[in-house]
Amino acid sequence: MPASDPAIHLDHTSRHYSMGLTTVRAVDDLSLFVNQNEFLALLGSSGSGKSTLLNLIGGLDRPTSGSIVVDGQNLAALSSLDLARYRRNTIGMIFQSFNLLPRMTLEENIELPLRLAEIDRGERPARVRKALERVRLTHRVGHRPTELSGGEQQRVAIARALVNRPKILLADEPTGNLDSVTGEAILALLREQSQLGMTIVMVTHERSIAEEFADRIAVMGDGKLLSISSAQGLAQ
Amino acid sequence: MKARDLTDLALRNLREAVFRNALTTLGVAVGVASLVAMLSLGVGLQQLASKRLSQSGLFDTIFVTPKNSFRGMGRPQREVQPDKPPRALDADARKEIEKLPNVIEVYPQVRFFTEVRFNNKPYATVVAGMPDSSKNSGSFDGMQGRFFSSPTANEAILQIEFAKDLSEKPDSLLGQDLILRYAERQALAASATDPPGSPGEPSGGFSVVPKELRLKIVGVVETEPAAGYGGYGNARLLMPLETAATLRAAQVNDLRDIVRDASANKTTYPSLSVRAKSPSQVDALESSIKALGFNTFSLLDASKSLRTFFSVFDLLLGIFGSLALAVATLGIVNTLVMAILERRREIGVLKALGAADSDVQQLFFVEAGVMGFLGGILGVLFGWLLGRALTYGTNVYLHRQNLNSIELSSVPWWLVLSALAFAVLVSLAAGFYPASRAAKLNPVDALRYE
Repeated sequence: MPASDPAIHLDHTSRHYSMGLTTVRAVDDLSLFVNQNEFLALLGSSGSGKSTLLNLIGGLDRPTSGSIVVDGQNLAALSSLDLARYRRNTIGMIFQSFNLLPRMTLEENIELPLRLAEIDRGERPARVRKALERVRLTHRVGHRPTELSGGEQQRVAIARALVNRPKILLADEPTGNLDSVTGEAILALLREQSQLGMTIVMVTHERSIAEEFADRIAVMGDGKLLSISSAQGLAQ
Repeated sequence: MKARDLTDLALRNLREAVFRNALTTLGVAVGVASLVAMLSLGVGLQQLASKRLSQSGLFDTIFVTPKNSFRGMGRPQREVQPDKPPRALDADARKEIEKLPNVIEVYPQVRFFTEVRFNNKPYATVVAGMPDSSKNSGSFDGMQGRFFSSPTANEAILQIEFAKDLSEKPDSLLGQDLILRYAERQALAASATDPPGSPGEPSGGFSVVPKELRLKIVGVVETEPAAGYGGYGNARLLMPLETAATLRAAQVNDLRDIVRDASANKTTYPSLSVRAKSPSQVDALESSIKALGFNTFSLLDASKSLRTFFSVFDLLLGIFGSLALAVATLGIVNTLVMAILERRREIGVLKALGAADSDVQQLFFVEAGVMGFLGGILGVLFGWLLGRALTYGTNVYLHRQNLNSIELSSVPWWLVLSALAFAVLVSLAAGFYPASRAAKLNPVDALRYE
């Protein structure tokens, strides 16, 4: 347990699904903490439960049992509305498939969280511009996602995730659809955000990437936490 | 989410599937058009009937008579004190009633049975004086010839049946003269034994003197004109009221006047017709006239029944008109359910970015509401055009039948606003199920959807 309060603390958290007569234990009695400003990589094979864990931390799903405390809030106890507020104000999420809205321009895509957070219209352009500056895409502001490369789309997704100034960034296989060079550029960008003081939890199945960019690596298998160690330690 | 952002997003979503949404909106428009066309017909017919009735004076006219001082068989004397005679309905009373608020005109009923000579042949008929205002009553629309040239003209309008008695070709009578023979009432000097200034006591009388007046036939009216209480249905020769009044022709009520009022020389009326500005003011006006000491009667109750009839009529038309709108709501449900399937992933993204269930629900509601509003505007326009087309078609038919044109449909402002509000409300109701379904989507499942 760290000296300061952890950014994320999971305590005997489980997420079970019923599929007919079978119970799928996607996350099974898992305990974990993530420190403030830490870059944690969740490593594991397909079906190990890492994306489910990320969804639980992101407030998109609720645990079957146990607790998840993020930024002092127990997500298991929050109402649906409070959970939406939490996603809006505390969390930023990026996905493997970017999940940009194709009919909107970059500017409009990035503005979407600001609309949901009811940020004043006058304040929004500056916030969007700043987010685009952070991902170095100000020159493509009027373009639509389909006019961008995969790497650029993921940078836009990062800008959208950052625009509401969240404390925690959750990334689900952010380089899964990118070539290795572009993927590394994206991870460098995430690392940069971590160094600026953001807590990051990233799901990946590429050990080398995790070792290069994360502070710690948690390995999952069958919904359980198999191991957790510092990335440098693993690299050695 | 703020209302403006919500509307922006909804409009953007609607533009994305513009063809499908336009078809759905068109469905709503057809539904609203059917509703508006039906109701505009109902309103138009009601206005037509009300206008005719209002012009006829049946519902905005109060019939005023003096209070009966005679005790009826077995009936107690009403509102009349034994030592106080009933107030005479004379020129003073007429002026007093004329000064009451919301009174358009006050005129006496002049009607007498007499003989008319035409081509040296006698014809017995009832003659009635027509107030100048009856010109606009609608009763003289489509008449042969014209209305009286002035309120004091020595002119006559004949009822068609009477005109046929005079000539086989009624239109040939126009411009010809006839002789009206009547009994003029001339006052006798009061008896010296009568105490002066004691109205109500039998102290005088009048003699009747045969007189003649030449009248020019200016018109022949097809339908029986009905103006004022009791109408003129029985009168077959109509002449200007003022002309008729100056004749001082002996009327049926004159004998009663002798009993009631000695001063036969003084103008008293058996009854007065008082026209109010509108039927809604008849009640209050009746009370004011009663307070002056007269009996009143109006056909307002009949007017209320008419309004009830048209309310039920409008309701039935509205129900039939709404059927198409009910079908259109199914179109909205279908469109929005399709939109949920297509935008499942987008809903997931919105939720991942922090949209509450209520934000998603409102987004779909606004989309349904916008389709309803646009459909409502188009529908009102289509409904109005349909009404105009029906009016045009009806008038073409009426012209072929040599009848006057009518305004068959009417789209008043309240109908426009109600139709718009109804279209939006029905659309919101139709959007309820899809909106709730979208709001309840699990974000994890929605994000996985391809």
